[in-house]
Amino acid sequence: MSIFEYNGSALVAMVGKNCFAIASDRRLGVQLQTIATDFRRIYKMHDRLFIGLSGLATDAQTLYQRLVFRHKLYQLREERDMKPETFASLVSAILYEKRFGPYFCQPVIAGLGDEDKPFICTMDSIGAKELAKDFVVAGTASESLYGACEAMFKPDMEPEELFETVSQALLASVDRDCLSGWGGHVYVVTPTEVKERILKGRMD
Amino acid sequence: MECVFGLVGDGFAILAADTSAVHSILVHKSNEDKIMVLDSHKLVAASGEPGDRVQFTEFIQKNVALYQFRNGIPLTTAAAANFTRGELASALRKNPYAVNILMAGYDKETGPSLYYIDYIATMHKVDKGAFGYGSYFSLSMMDRHYHSGMTVEEAIDLVDKCIIEIRSRLVVAPPNFVIKIVDKDGAREYAWRESVKDAHVASA
Repeated sequence: MSIFEYNGSALVAMVGKNCFAIASDRRLGVQLQTIATDFRRIYKMHDRLFIGLSGLATDAQTLYQRLVFRHKLYQLREERDMKPETFASLVSAILYEKRFGPYFCQPVIAGLGDEDKPFICTMDSIGAKELAKDFVVAGTASESLYGACEAMFKPDMEPEELFETVSQALLASVDRDCLSGWGGHVYVVTPTEVKERILKGRMD
Repeated sequence: MECVFGLVGDGFAILAADTSAVHSILVHKSNEDKIMVLDSHKLVAASGEPGDRVQFTEFIQKNVALYQFRNGIPLTTAAAANFTRGELASALRKNPYAVNILMAGYDKETGPSLYYIDYIATMHKVDKGAFGYGSYFSLSMMDRHYHSGMTVEEAIDLVDKCIIEIRSRLVVAPPNFVIKIVDKDGAREYAWRESVKDAHVASA
């Protein structure tokens, strides 16, 4: 079994009208066995920047700790939060540092940049950035997620409609993947607020 | 096969581990204590490579003690768990320890907690956890009978149910188990469940 499929994960980020949504599943498994059903894959770097880390959970945790360190140092030096584009470049650089012994993670980065313009991107485990205008996906359920998002996505959705779309796409995709699921975590971020919701899907 | 499991109750946490020290087909001893008392209010149950198990847990124990000597206050369970995960994670790509850990502790401010730490340094705070082949039986038993806020009697009853299940359904089931508990009064041994006692050796 591939090392990327050891723990199981599903991540999606989608752009709306002056807002974005980032969602993940909640399963933590060890191959066929489920260890926990409340695992958090999405982390907040600051109020307008979120990163989701799919793949091997231990590397996701280590990578997150390194990123928090770098971001806090940046905040101390620059006296401001990092822009999403900058953060994406930072993550890419940190991943490529380990080119010949990589972190087995695929990050999904979503944030609000200048003038509240939503920014999303994903990258592979060695930092190859993939910017998109509509949605990005990662994890063991990524192929299903591509299909579901492509079918359900419309440009310029309001936050409530975006939430519904992301939730349906996530739940539909993880239901076809045995390694991810057990509900979902959805964050819908607008310039004024962050709404976190927990989805109850098929609990298997 | 090594069986380690644990759960969190109302104001306490319990860990149970088998007590066989096995080398291929030979059982060296059947009263090997695999649950270490880390400090006054923490327990660590470890399973895996015997040399690594003892060396790594002693290393953690001494470092936890050092922190207390240097700083005058003990580490919280979360801090000790994160320290353990950090050590496993840094060794992972150099000289990995093959040890799975369940860390249970009681803190005055936050109450009892249980941390699941994989041998590849995946860490998660859980209400119930298990390692080894026995986990297939004990986790299912706990999924069925566990509820939050169990009393000590209910929890011991559940632990006994799990032990009975392991003994009856696992092909090379370990005969003896040790149960340890940690609550506001500290970490201590609770009971042994022995079905095979070491033969008495006449003194020379």
